[in-house]
Amino acid sequence: MRVIIIGAGQVGSSIAASLAPTHDVIVIDADGDRVDSLTYSIDVLPIEGDGTSLSTLREANIAAADLFIACTDDDETNIVSCSTARAISDVFTVARVKRETYHQTWTETGGSFGVDFMVCTNLLAAETIVRIIGLPAAHDVDVFAGGQVMMAEFCVPDGSPLAGQTVASADTFEELTFAALFRDDSISVPTGRTVIEEGDDLVVIGSPESTHALAGGLTPEQSSHQEDIVIIGGSQAGVQTAKLLQERGRRPRLIEHDHDRARELAEALTATTVMESDAMDREFLNREHVDEADVVISALESDEKNLLATLLADRIGVDRTIALVEAAEFTDLFEAVGVGAAVNPRDATAEEIIRFTHGNDTENVSLIEHGSAEVLEIEVDADSILTDRPIRESTEELPGKVVIGAVTRDGSFITPRGDTTIRVGDHVVLFAETSDVAAVAEAV
Amino acid sequence: MNWHRSQLRVDWRASVGLVGTVIKYLSVAFLLPLVVGLYYGADVLTFFASMVIAVAVGSLLERLDPDPDLGAREGFLMVALTWLAVATIGMLPYLIAGLLGTESTLARPENALFESMSGFTTTGATVMGAIDLQHHSHAIMLWRQLTQWLGGMGIIVLAVAILPELSVGGAQLMDAEAPGPGIQKLTPRIAETARVLWIAYIGFTVLEMLLLYGLHLAGMAPNMHLFNAVAHPLTTMPTGGFSPESQSIQAFSAAVQWVIIPFMVAAGTNFALFWHVINGEPRRLIEDTEFRAYVGIIGVLIALVAGHLFVGLGASEVPAGVAPINGQIEDSVRHATFQVVSIITTTGYANMDFNAWTAPTKYLLLFAMFIGGSAGSTGGAIKIARWVVILKSLKRELFTTVHPEAVSPVRLGGKPLDERAVRGIYAFTLLYLVFFFIAVVIIVADAWRVGHYISAFEAMSAVAATLGNVGPGFGAVGPMNNYLSFPVTSKLFMVFLMWVGRLEILPVLVLLTPAYWRT
Repeated sequence: MRVIIIGAGQVGSSIAASLAPTHDVIVIDADGDRVDSLTYSIDVLPIEGDGTSLSTLREANIAAADLFIACTDDDETNIVSCSTARAISDVFTVARVKRETYHQTWTETGGSFGVDFMVCTNLLAAETIVRIIGLPAAHDVDVFAGGQVMMAEFCVPDGSPLAGQTVASADTFEELTFAALFRDDSISVPTGRTVIEEGDDLVVIGSPESTHALAGGLTPEQSSHQEDIVIIGGSQAGVQTAKLLQERGRRPRLIEHDHDRARELAEALTATTVMESDAMDREFLNREHVDEADVVISALESDEKNLLATLLADRIGVDRTIALVEAAEFTDLFEAVGVGAAVNPRDATAEEIIRFTHGNDTENVSLIEHGSAEVLEIEVDADSILTDRPIRESTEELPGKVVIGAVTRDGSFITPRGDTTIRVGDHVVLFAETSDVAAVAEAV
Repeated sequence: MNWHRSQLRVDWRASVGLVGTVIKYLSVAFLLPLVVGLYYGADVLTFFASMVIAVAVGSLLERLDPDPDLGAREGFLMVALTWLAVATIGMLPYLIAGLLGTESTLARPENALFESMSGFTTTGATVMGAIDLQHHSHAIMLWRQLTQWLGGMGIIVLAVAILPELSVGGAQLMDAEAPGPGIQKLTPRIAETARVLWIAYIGFTVLEMLLLYGLHLAGMAPNMHLFNAVAHPLTTMPTGGFSPESQSIQAFSAAVQWVIIPFMVAAGTNFALFWHVINGEPRRLIEDTEFRAYVGIIGVLIALVAGHLFVGLGASEVPAGVAPINGQIEDSVRHATFQVVSIITTTGYANMDFNAWTAPTKYLLLFAMFIGGSAGSTGGAIKIARWVVILKSLKRELFTTVHPEAVSPVRLGGKPLDERAVRGIYAFTLLYLVFFFIAVVIIVADAWRVGHYISAFEAMSAVAATLGNVGPGFGAVGPMNNYLSFPVTSKLFMVFLMWVGRLEILPVLVLLTPAYWRT
């Protein structure tokens, strides 16, 4: 497939890096330095130019392209370049936007602007945050097979009852597979004898009930019903999070320092208590008992402020903290210094767009540890090497570290074991290292 | 010295390991002369032994790093070492043939290395004493031609086209090797770009073979038999210049000379432009600034030289075996065109001994040695694109002297150039000229040391011809002579010049800075 990507920023280059091994990728960016450095780092054709200009799009041979992804940092540029692309070709267009209003217009009008698929960065970030809130101690959660299968990445906290146990003894849940274990930057596939340690990152795939139950066992002192949620910062992502929480029947509190903005938000968010204050004001935090909150989400405009706000919340005794991080390279750092979970809207966006481009059978994909591994859902067809064979046999022929985490057949959950036989039409959720994903997706 | 090693910031094992892989694959190239050797019944063992050694050395080096991970620094080292290693492997047949009884100047190691480096870098300077098929086997002569053909489009470009492990760092490797400032990626995949370039290159080579042999069959080129018709395109397209005939192209009819000229012009053109032509965009070739400048400078020089030759100012006397030129339009134009194109593209063929020309025409040719082919061609020297940018930025200097507030970017083909790119081009050109002058002094001093008299003009032409990968110079190193008279030290120094000239100095020079190895 020939893919044209507009914008070589964080989102654009991570999509390009993910697609380059299996597709012909052309990246257009207005910044010559970025284009230069891209030439040497990823095997794509970089073009310096304006994605909204006809001449640049023609230079990229838009007529031959199958997929057009506009993911610059500017909403209007993205929408206009998609319209331009559609005006001169019948390419499938994908636009990334930040403003939720554009996304809303697009959804309600059934695909306007010449955009075939629109991804709203802030909405995705909010959805990710809400999913994390649903599961204690999880870094990343994704659902597959229409909600039948849940993938979660947990960090084993200090003092967790799970630490010191072997996987065999920890895995008391019928419908759950321990897919991978990250320890000191290396990935391993756990066997029954692997001992879980504090600080390990576990990737599990299973039914939502079992995944929730495991999460409960990780940190038993936490309740899974967090009622008191505080959002710091009335940014787009913060507001979206508040909206999603409202829809789920929660009544979050939102702290915004700007007078006019606070007023505006209070008018728009009916079930949210909006407070006008500086989030760093300890006296205010004490007065409002923010220290007793179950979750504090920091969605301020800069990474530095989010870091300070969440560290402060952690210091005054908040159970869980979640921070938005704009710079992908900081997410690890945030979690290392004590922030409960760091959410990168760009990671989420890239993930959502990549999901779109993985072959036809791949229905869903989730990036783990910023793209070093992926969990993907595949519908098995007759050509697959999995078809009509026990898993034990077929996985030996797959390259690299591959774990089949869950199978759904006709809408019901099947826990895969070595002797489980896969049939045509089954949905398989599997874990693989990013370097092997293309080969695995091909074989399965 | 463990302390020393721990300070190194370059993973040399990865670089050397990949060089091993390249050598291993290069051994396949010995198959062609091996087959020719079998056919003519000579030098079979020579090429078999060379092949075995190449595979053994390649596999051994490869084991240094089974899973090489190339960064930018390792890339530079790998490119520089590859060319050194390939030249070393390429001299094996000359040495082994000497050991097995061939009476040849190439039996001496320094001469064999010189000939091999001159081959791969497409220089075409020779130290082969007797160039004919009586002293040397067909297989050896073919290998000499083949080294130029392999080196022409680039060993690294070939490796990137074939080896999948080079796909990620490939662009940077090709950048370090490719002639001219920066590479143009034509397709999303670098391996595909490399393949496109090689296919265009092979296409031109085969076309020239067919035309030359066609002339022979038509009776217009009596001595362009099959071997010559195969051998010459192998050194035309890489702008090499080796010929199995001691008289170079003088040995062939006027028709052959006219056929070779357009192929030399094509070889000195940016190959990326041919790709656009094949894709149905011939305007990209015709409207290309560099291509226009290239054709323009060739035209002007031809007119000057042809005029000189026609009125009799150009050549004082005509050597034996060449038809009179003075007053003959076809002869004057043909000799001027052939020689100017051969020198500008850095091919180095001669259709007559231009030593017989007068000083003004000879100096015109010396001047042409510094121009070089286009960026992205197989030619050497400074390159047309750089001269165009230099001239344009000089023009800008003059303009901004009068209008100090003017902001005027330098444009190449309508596109404004980054100031860093302009600075890089100035730096390279200055470096090239500095290298040239220092090398002239070294060559003259080294010749004087052993009591071998060489004029400044001859020394200048010898350096310009090796550093610019042209081949023949003037006087003692003229097109019908060779580089044998230089002392061993000078020959090894020229091997170095050809090496740095092919890689355009910077990738080699960067290896000599402490900052490269440490911080």
